[in-house]
Amino acid sequence: MTHAATAHRTSMGLDNRKMAFWAFIGSECLLFGSLISTYLVYKGRSVVGPYPHEILNIPFTSVSTFDLLMSSLMMVLALAAVQRGDMKWGKIWLFSTALLGLVFLGGQVIEFTEFVHKGLTMSTNLFGCTFFVLTGTHGAHVAVGVLWLLTLWVRALQGKLGPANAMTVEITGLYWHFVDVVWIIIFTVVYLIQ
Amino acid sequence: MSDAPKGLKSWLTTTDHKRIGLLYFWTALSFFLIGGLEALLIRAQLAQPDGHVVSAETYNQLFTMHGTTMVFLALMPLSASFFNYIVPLQIGARDVAFPRLNAFSYWVFLLGGLFLNASWLVGPLFHAGMLNVAPDGGWFGYANLTERQYSPGPNIDFWLLGLQILGISSLAAGFNFIVTILNLRAPGMKLMRLPTFTWMTLVTQFLIITAFPVITVGLVFLMFDRFFGAHFYVHEAGATPILWQHLFWLFGHPEVYILILPAMGIVSDVLPTFARKPLFGYTVVVYSGILIGFMGWGVWSHHMFSVGLGPIADSVFAATTMLIAVPTGVKIFNWIATLWGGAIRGTTALHFAVGFIAMFIIGGLSGVTHASPPADLQQTDTYYVVAHIHYVLFGGTILGLFAGIYYWWPKMTGRLLSEPLGKWHFWLQFLGMNLAFFPMHFIGLLGMPRRIYTYSADLGVSDLNLVSTVGAFLIAVAMLVFLYNIWRTRRHGQPASNDPWGGASLEWSIPSPPPVYNFSVIPTVTSRLPRWTTEHHGPMNDPPAVPPGPIHVPGGSWWPLVAAFGLPVMALAPLTHTLWVVFVGAALLLVGIYRWAFEPFEV
Repeated sequence: MTHAATAHRTSMGLDNRKMAFWAFIGSECLLFGSLISTYLVYKGRSVVGPYPHEILNIPFTSVSTFDLLMSSLMMVLALAAVQRGDMKWGKIWLFSTALLGLVFLGGQVIEFTEFVHKGLTMSTNLFGCTFFVLTGTHGAHVAVGVLWLLTLWVRALQGKLGPANAMTVEITGLYWHFVDVVWIIIFTVVYLIQ
Repeated sequence: MSDAPKGLKSWLTTTDHKRIGLLYFWTALSFFLIGGLEALLIRAQLAQPDGHVVSAETYNQLFTMHGTTMVFLALMPLSASFFNYIVPLQIGARDVAFPRLNAFSYWVFLLGGLFLNASWLVGPLFHAGMLNVAPDGGWFGYANLTERQYSPGPNIDFWLLGLQILGISSLAAGFNFIVTILNLRAPGMKLMRLPTFTWMTLVTQFLIITAFPVITVGLVFLMFDRFFGAHFYVHEAGATPILWQHLFWLFGHPEVYILILPAMGIVSDVLPTFARKPLFGYTVVVYSGILIGFMGWGVWSHHMFSVGLGPIADSVFAATTMLIAVPTGVKIFNWIATLWGGAIRGTTALHFAVGFIAMFIIGGLSGVTHASPPADLQQTDTYYVVAHIHYVLFGGTILGLFAGIYYWWPKMTGRLLSEPLGKWHFWLQFLGMNLAFFPMHFIGLLGMPRRIYTYSADLGVSDLNLVSTVGAFLIAVAMLVFLYNIWRTRRHGQPASNDPWGGASLEWSIPSPPPVYNFSVIPTVTSRLPRWTTEHHGPMNDPPAVPPGPIHVPGGSWWPLVAAFGLPVMALAPLTHTLWVVFVGAALLLVGIYRWAFEPFEV
């Protein structure tokens, strides 16, 4: 990782990588904005079933949502631990965050499999198209986040991640919280408001 | 230290913004010439009624690839070449914020461009002839023509995968330059002291990072429709192909400003230098640029008046479109006022900059005529629109970029381009473009549709079309003069001093071409025109020729190139319907990124 960049003076007083990540998150808002808008525009326009109310399992997904929210809490704790130099808990919280992310992905795999068994695929109807591409894109973001968190965890196990890398963990956290917030919007728009 | 590394490896692994700028320049110029050849073939076909230079199928591929190439492979990366080379120099920095990400952007651009253009040659691999599988759905690729049902060949696949790859390049560069401009400014270089080119670059990057995700989503939908049987644009499934138009133009209109704002920035830097006067109303020029950036997001549906969006939507978008002409008009008056009363030196760069103003006014005026839906209904899909887009993008962007090329060539290469040849180039190009594009206004209003490979003599546009073709070939002659000028300048060009033009901004305070570290000492900026004498201050001291101490310059890296290779390899998977290829591409990307993240590299 490029530590040198953090040490440099910057005109705005904000770390270069952190600023780049905020710009990236702004860009991602437009990506998810387009996907969610498309979902809303095509809502109720499927000409054949299964329709959302027949197939969406709100209790199951509520558990997944809770799981992802808790992972954000773990992320906060991980950053706090790394910042104060407590790498023992830093490792534990980093791993817990990744683990909860994996649990969420597992839930998505179960959900997708069940939907396919019930006859909903991407080529079934518009609900299938918009649902799988929207939640699938989000799932891909979670997967990247899990890979990233596990990388940091391994670096921490090797003793190569310490308080000096707090900014790296903070940026990981920015990404992770963003992905979490996007899920809250998706959960509300797709599952709760049918 | 002072000697730059040489050899092929030093270029493949370079992270120096100046070298990357040069790579962008030569690559984009090559694509520009390819796009120009495609245009010449189109014009040869249309020179006479019922032409038979090319077949209808080839013609479809020619106009699609001409538009796609010029927008994504020529104009954007030519601007990017100046972002790379000039912006760090104008803000007093030693490099961009993320040098390796910068190299990654370039390699992705190069590979994406080669991927798109490979479609001309690889027909036999898809059991078709050469020149048969290039994209053929128009540069804005309207659904549902682009669905598998109506375009079964790999043509559209090349287009949508190529554009996805190129989008990643632009996005990565966008994040990089936002951080560079905001964070790497020399002490005292406040935002309102930035040269206008850097300012317009900043606005452009914000447009890029917000507009490209939208087309990415549109292309992802198209990809799922074509490869995985989804129905995003399939009417029978309850979907509407209009979704594509909204997503495309929601990207496409900001894209227009992505193409023109850098040229406006160049002109705003060139005019003051050659009028020996500060830019008239610098603050207004900057704020109108920002305003254009915002308003560019509110006008997209004026590309869709003929769809029938209803009177409310039509009126709103007509109003916003007329409004956006205001900040643009403001800039034009600022430029004219900058020239007014100045000590004007008629250099080639100034010729191009003034040509830009004149041609862009014509393009802007025809643009305002599209803003009225009833008028637009007569103009949609005719040559009138083709005339408009070429006055804006050729008369505007290209003339602006050539102003930049003649202005910064000595800084980038150390030698001045020949001024007499430059003026030949300008006048031939100016005459050529007006002969080529002005008749198109009439051709269009007389009823000739665009994108039709032939026309009947009864339409009464044969002479006008011939004039247009003559103009196109005149532009080609102008390009030959330019290429000869470049070639001649390599050996016989006059060596450039630090500041051949008497410019006000920081890039002129250092040698031409600059040393690897750019500034021997990072300058402290005390005014908006640091190198000029004004009422309030004298010129700054140039940095010493020899650095007072050793300057660390980061080494090169292979990993941006390796990571970039992953993307076209991944794109080959859907094209060839081979799953394992996607894993090879992903592995390359992942290995590249991991090695990149963990290699020792000092900024």
